[in-house]
Amino acid sequence: MNGPLRTARDFLVSLKLTVVLLALGLILVFAATLDQVNLGIWGIQEKWFRTFVVVQPMGAGGTSVPIFPGGYAIGGLLLLNLIASHFYRFAFTWRKAGIQFTHLGVILLLIGELLSGLWQEDYRMQLHEGETKNFSEHHLNNELAIIDTTNPAHDEVVAIPEEIIARKEAIQHAKLPFRIVIKEYFPNSDLAMRDAGSTRPPQATMGIGMSVAATSQPLTYKQNERNMPAASVELVGTSGSIGTWLVSTSFSPHSRAPFLQAPQAFTHEGRTYRIALRWTRSYKPFSFQLLKVTHDVYPGTDTPKNFSSRLLLKTPDGREDREVLIYMNNPLRYGGYTFYQHQMDSAQGMTGLQAVKNPSWLLPYVACTMMTFGLLWQFMIHLAGFIERRRAAAAANP
Amino acid sequence: MKKIAPLLALLLVALYVGSTLRAPKNSAEFDTVGFGKLPVLLNGRFKPMDTVARSSLLQLQGRQTVTRADGTKLQPTEWLLDVSFRSERADAYQTFEITHPELLALFDLKIEDGAGKKRFSYNQLSPKFGELDRQAKLARAVESAARTTFQSAVVQLYGNLIHYQRLRHALTAPGRADFLGDLLRLQENAEKWRIAVKAKLDKQPHDEAAANAAMELGERFADMANISGPYLVVPPAPGADPTDWKPVGAALLETFRSGRVDSTALAYAGFARTWRNEEPTRFNELLRLYRADLEKRFPDRLGKSDAETRFNAAQPFYTCSILYGLAFFLALASWLAWPAPLQRAAFWITGLAWLLATGGILTRMWLEGRPPVTNLYSSALFVGWGAVLLCLILEKFFRNAIASVAAGAIGCCTLIIAHHLSLSGDTLEMMQAVLDTNFWLATHVVIVTAGYSATFLAGFLAIIYVARGLLTTSLDKATADSLGRMTYGILCFATLFSFVGTVLGGIWADQSWGRFWGWDPKENGALMIVIWNALILHARWGGMVKTRGIMVLAIAGNIITAWSWFGTNMLGVGLHSYGFKDAAAFWLITFVGSQLLLILIGLIPLEKWRSFRRSAAPTPAGKPVLASR
Repeated sequence: MNGPLRTARDFLVSLKLTVVLLALGLILVFAATLDQVNLGIWGIQEKWFRTFVVVQPMGAGGTSVPIFPGGYAIGGLLLLNLIASHFYRFAFTWRKAGIQFTHLGVILLLIGELLSGLWQEDYRMQLHEGETKNFSEHHLNNELAIIDTTNPAHDEVVAIPEEIIARKEAIQHAKLPFRIVIKEYFPNSDLAMRDAGSTRPPQATMGIGMSVAATSQPLTYKQNERNMPAASVELVGTSGSIGTWLVSTSFSPHSRAPFLQAPQAFTHEGRTYRIALRWTRSYKPFSFQLLKVTHDVYPGTDTPKNFSSRLLLKTPDGREDREVLIYMNNPLRYGGYTFYQHQMDSAQGMTGLQAVKNPSWLLPYVACTMMTFGLLWQFMIHLAGFIERRRAAAAANP
Repeated sequence: MKKIAPLLALLLVALYVGSTLRAPKNSAEFDTVGFGKLPVLLNGRFKPMDTVARSSLLQLQGRQTVTRADGTKLQPTEWLLDVSFRSERADAYQTFEITHPELLALFDLKIEDGAGKKRFSYNQLSPKFGELDRQAKLARAVESAARTTFQSAVVQLYGNLIHYQRLRHALTAPGRADFLGDLLRLQENAEKWRIAVKAKLDKQPHDEAAANAAMELGERFADMANISGPYLVVPPAPGADPTDWKPVGAALLETFRSGRVDSTALAYAGFARTWRNEEPTRFNELLRLYRADLEKRFPDRLGKSDAETRFNAAQPFYTCSILYGLAFFLALASWLAWPAPLQRAAFWITGLAWLLATGGILTRMWLEGRPPVTNLYSSALFVGWGAVLLCLILEKFFRNAIASVAAGAIGCCTLIIAHHLSLSGDTLEMMQAVLDTNFWLATHVVIVTAGYSATFLAGFLAIIYVARGLLTTSLDKATADSLGRMTYGILCFATLFSFVGTVLGGIWADQSWGRFWGWDPKENGALMIVIWNALILHARWGGMVKTRGIMVLAIAGNIITAWSWFGTNMLGVGLHSYGFKDAAAFWLITFVGSQLLLILIGLIPLEKWRSFRRSAAPTPAGKPVLASR
């Protein structure tokens, strides 16, 4: 092996690198924890962990400056360091088995965290008592949905992710006989009734937007708030503009105000459509009907003791038709998803379930079992050695 | 003598501990201890009146005893009896702690006006309630994290006054000279008064005097029910839902429907009359009858109430903190003179204190029906308990008093921390829904807390190393070596426990929220402890640090553990942001500052350390200690 290669190998397998990476990791975790006050728990994951370089906007100009290696860089190097030294130093002995097992576990854990960062999808499912749903909604992402409802048997949906809307370019979709032109877009917005004497032209020529105006709001990162984007969308057919609609995730069945709950519909060339900006949906091959919500409190207090939701789980083929109960610390795993009790408004008979799809959910369990065994093994060997030495020392000088 | 002295010390201390465990005695003819055992359902938990009195006093003034103007002392239950039944007397007791000078200025008070220069009476504060109310409204509009110290003090005092008002209204209507007389008159005329009120409301001819009497009482009852809502004192009727206890006011309002005054309300009105008229014999007789009635229906409830009252009176953790302090000084002294007997005495006293703490923690677990750690307060108890246990094991092997010094210091400090955490109210509070799982509390929480214990212990052993090595000549090679081995062993233990605990937390999170790891501040704090311990071990294995380096790194571990334990709760974000007091921020910063200073001191070149200066000089070839630097 020649010089530079050997240097590279020595660097990769060195314990010094491990220690430096651990120190960097510690600083990364600490800084990201502090930043949660500003960015919330989702924001910091993107900024600090799911990136190679942490970039910080500086000053009023907003120029972004790299300030620290990101989670991918530190975690990735740590992974390389671990794997490399494992191969380089590997020689099985019972004394070292614990250490090796533990480090294999760490490797698995790092891979598991990487995979869940890439694969995990978080959805919410809000249900009112009696309501049936076969989809859940993404907890952060939104989509512009144009739904062809002409056929009473089924709807045909074209859903455009919010990232594309944000580019404010014209969108042409093969299934739609019109172009979509984004005239305005606010990543977070507030709604107000439009002033009759307002000099600003309305943001829409059709639908709710004729009487309601959306204004831009700063993005929120709070854990119990959600950004409510809005867009002014013009649909342009072959013979000119069909109309402009104001769409917002605030117009939805979730809205408190009844007039915001009605869908915005229109007809074009004999077909009926609905248009809506909504929380990104993920349809499931099964449905839930909410039968009953229960909210227990400790006697004489408002302190919640338990939340539970009784649901009817059904599949279209009729193979599943049973009642399930989801409550705190007791999720339901079904169809690759795990459904957790997340929120509840028992006065409204509403439950909020969290639906998580994480194909790699088992990895941390395997990793942890390996590491626990490894550490215990090592601890026992040390303990035994220590006691043995004490005994020998005691025998030598009684 | 050398053999007997430690035994004698142990015996004396055991006698002292025994004396604290005796059943509490009444300080006068009134059976106030018996009254303190009566159960009340408050914040979801059945507790004795004694606990209500003690935790109220801790919340209002940071201590459990009340000193009257004439210098005599009141037991907590006696104070509660005065608040409930003779509020005109209690209103003059100086039981509201105010330390913020601007808040005092708001009341036109000077620190000299207060008992101990910080405690003031209800009467001293009442002229300015209007202004306090206005200030509280202003302060409450501000998010708690953004409040100034003045605003926080206003909100706290306002809350304390509400707490006091609740107590005043919980058992009888304050300001009525003879509440029992009122109730008996109501009992006699219930039907007549009810008809009069109904007629008056229907604008029919009616007996005006009867209607007014009834409505006046009704208003008092409604006040009681509204103000003292959380104090559920009246047990349910036989056969009803056993948790459906009611406030006295609500039970009294029922009279207008049922025509029968509730017997519990009558009993408490009877206590009020006999307490006011200073008739101990009648008070005690009434208490005996009332209790006998409860005993028939709720024997278990009363059993736990009695035990808790006894536990409160014994204050085992207070005794423990004294014993730990004593052990600390004995062990410290053993390095200067009389090593063997003092070391043994310190070890035994630590052991006794640890047994007492174990008993205290077990009692709390039994009372609550929970694993040992359920909130910040109990985590402080448990961190101390775990660290002292490790110290006892170390001391058993090494017999050099080092672990006893560490045990004394950590045991005492954690109990002082626990005391300050207990000032925010009942320490056996109920768990929020997501935490309501004994399995995860017993595994994840206990193991993570044990990890805190061990990391703190390693840090403290390191402080002993630095202090003894730098300031004294007592750190000879053998001592330095054994300190090194002790610290390394504890660090391994800390790594194991903090790691397993963190992982179990991840599994709990996966079970409850669908994610193994969510980057929640408390999770990150635990992860930081794991990373730090792993870093120290790897640095040692890689030969990057020797004994002194490990010690300096272990002191830094104290900072990281303190951050994880308390700092993360102060961010006010995430799932674990429960229980936090503003004052804690000051102490956390002070602690971190002190540890940084110790790290700097630890980095002073070894040639300047007193212990090594001497031992290195005469044996230049061997350099026994410097070699293991």
